[in-house]
Amino acid sequence: MAGGTSLTELTRIATTIREDIITSLLAAGSGHSAGPLGMTDVFTALYYEIANITPETRSAADRDRIVLSNAHICPVLYATLANRGYFPREELQTLRKLGTRLQGHSNNHSQPDIPIETCGGPLGQGLSQAIGFALASRNHDKRNQEKTKEATSAPLPTWHTWALLSDGELDEGQNWEAIMMAGKFNLRELTMFIDRNNIQIDGFTEDIMPLEPLADKLRSFNWTVLEIDGHNLQEIIDAAGQARATYENPTAIVCHTIPGKGVRFMENRFEWHGKPPNAEEAKVALAELRTFAGSITSEHE
Amino acid sequence: MPTLDPKLNPHLLLPTVEKVPTRNGYGDALVELGKTNPDIFVLTGDLAESTRAHLFQKAYPERFIECGVAEQNMMGVAAGLALAGKVPFVSSYAVFVPGRNWDQLRVSVCYGKANVKIAGAHSGISVGPDGATHQALEDIAITRVLPNLVVIVPCDYEETKKCTKAVAAYKGPCYFRFTREKSPVITTPETPFEIGRAYVCRAGTDVTIAACGPLLFEALVAAETLAKNGIEAEVLNCHTLKPFDEATLVTSVKKTKACVTVEEHQIIGGLHGAVSETLGRNFPAPIEAIGMPVSFGESGEPDELLTKYHMKAADIVEAAKKVVKRK
Repeated sequence: MAGGTSLTELTRIATTIREDIITSLLAAGSGHSAGPLGMTDVFTALYYEIANITPETRSAADRDRIVLSNAHICPVLYATLANRGYFPREELQTLRKLGTRLQGHSNNHSQPDIPIETCGGPLGQGLSQAIGFALASRNHDKRNQEKTKEATSAPLPTWHTWALLSDGELDEGQNWEAIMMAGKFNLRELTMFIDRNNIQIDGFTEDIMPLEPLADKLRSFNWTVLEIDGHNLQEIIDAAGQARATYENPTAIVCHTIPGKGVRFMENRFEWHGKPPNAEEAKVALAELRTFAGSITSEHE
Repeated sequence: MPTLDPKLNPHLLLPTVEKVPTRNGYGDALVELGKTNPDIFVLTGDLAESTRAHLFQKAYPERFIECGVAEQNMMGVAAGLALAGKVPFVSSYAVFVPGRNWDQLRVSVCYGKANVKIAGAHSGISVGPDGATHQALEDIAITRVLPNLVVIVPCDYEETKKCTKAVAAYKGPCYFRFTREKSPVITTPETPFEIGRAYVCRAGTDVTIAACGPLLFEALVAAETLAKNGIEAEVLNCHTLKPFDEATLVTSVKKTKACVTVEEHQIIGGLHGAVSETLGRNFPAPIEAIGMPVSFGESGEPDELLTKYHMKAADIVEAAKKVVKRK
C-alpha cells in the first residue's frame, strides 16, 4: 500500500495500464481484451492504494494476499504489476510467448519476484484458495492473542486477502461452495471483488445463466455486499476501506464495469471477450485511450 | 533358503496375526503430528469419523476445518492454506477426493506446487457392501499422471502411520490412499519406510511379485505356497507409485525374469501400469496382473469380492505359475 497517490495520477496510471494491455495483446497475437480493460481501474486502485504490498515488501510474510480467480484477464494483472515496478514494462511484450514468465493464464512460479500467489485458469478456483489464505491469517491472529503473555516471541504475520472474480465464473458450483463456507466462518479477513461486466464467452450472463438478484444471493449467504461503479477510483478505494472495517462477515464488492472500457468498439461487446486486437484495431484503440486520458485529466482538473 | 525380511511382523503368517484398519494409522499419526507441528491442519468433507480425522478434531479443534460436502472448495482451501505456509491434510473417500476435485488438485495444488496432503480413504474393492460407486479403483491412475504429485499406497496400519508422517515432512503435494477393513499388520515400527523406495519383503529367484496396499499380505501368503511348489518368489512392497522405484524393480526382475503385479485398482494406470512402463523401457519380461479387470465393482462382503475378482493368495499363486511358464 503506497497510499496518497492523487486520483489524477491514478487515472493517468490506469490509462497507461490500458495501453500496455493493448500492446501486449497485440504482441501476443491471442488473449482476452474486454475483461482486462474493464478491470483496469480496480487493479490500479488495488495495487497502488488498497492492498498492503509494494515492490519493497513483495515477499514480506505479512503482505496482503491477492488471488486472481478468472486468470484469463491476467494481461491487466501483468500490466499493473509492471507499471507498479515489480518487473520491467518491456517484459509485457513477452506475453504468451515461449519461455515467458507471463503465461497465458497467470501462475505463481515466479514468486517472490512477481508476487502472484496462485495459479488460475479453470474458472471457480480462486475464492477457495483465498479462504485458505484468510483462515491461515486468522489462525496466526488467534495464536498471537494466546501468546501475548510471552512478550519475547515475535508475533506471527497476519494479512488481508483480496479475491478477484468475474461474474461469468459464478456459474461454477465451486464458487458457491466457497461463498457458503466464507459465510459460515464470518470470514472478515476476506474481501472479493466481482467484475460485474455482464458478459461471458457465449453472450450476456443473464442469457447464458442468470445471476440476478446477485447481491441478494450473496447477502443470504452471510456476506456484506457493496455495489459500486467499478470505474470510479474513489468508490473502489472507499469500498475496500469499508470492507476492511467490516467485522462481522466477509465483504463482496460488486464492481459494475464496462467490458472493454476505454476502447469504444470493444465496450459491452462480448465478441471481444476472448480475442486480441489486430494491428489496425490496436492503433485505433491506443489513439482513443490517449484522447480519453486527456479528457479525464481535464475533468479532474 | 529365502526367508521373510526379519524386520517384518514375526507373527505375519500365523493365524494370530493382528488386524487393524489402515485408516487408523492415519488418524493416530495426525494426532502425533499435531502435537509437535502447529502448522498441521486437517480438513474433511463431512467424513470426520470414517476417515479417522475426528481424532485430530478432538485434540486440536482450532486446526480442524469442516468443509461440508463440498470437495472442490475443500481442495482449494487446502491449497490456500498450504501457500500460506500451513500443512493441510484433506481427508475424504478416495472416490470423492481426488475423484470429484481432480481439476482443483491439478491446478490449485499440483501446478501451484501447494504443499497439500491428500488422504483418500475407503479405497479399493474391499469397501464392500457400499458397492461400485464407493469403491475407488481409478484413483491411482488419475493421480499418478499428475506432475509434481507423489502417490503412495501403504500396506498396513504401521506403514500408513509412517506414510502420514513422511508426507508431512516432505515438501510438496502428496496423495495417499487407505482402506476401510481391518487388515493384517505386516510391518513393525522398525520396518524401513522411505518415499520412493520399494522394499524387498521376501527374497526369491524365480518370480517377482510387486504389490501395494493390504493385498501385499496375500502376496506374501502366496509366496509361501509357491515355495512349497518349488517356486521362490521375491516380494516387493511397491508402496510409492510415484516416483516409482524403477531400480529396485529392474534389479529384481533381472534376477527372476518374470513379474506379477498385485493391487486393489484397475489394472490400467496403477501399479500394473507403472511396472509395465518400467520393464518395457528397461528390461522387457512377461508380466501378469492381479487387480480389477477394468470393470466396476459391486456390493458384497470384502472377502467375497476379493475372491470373485481374483485378488486372493490362490489367484496370485496361479498368476505366478503362469508367468513363470511364459519366461
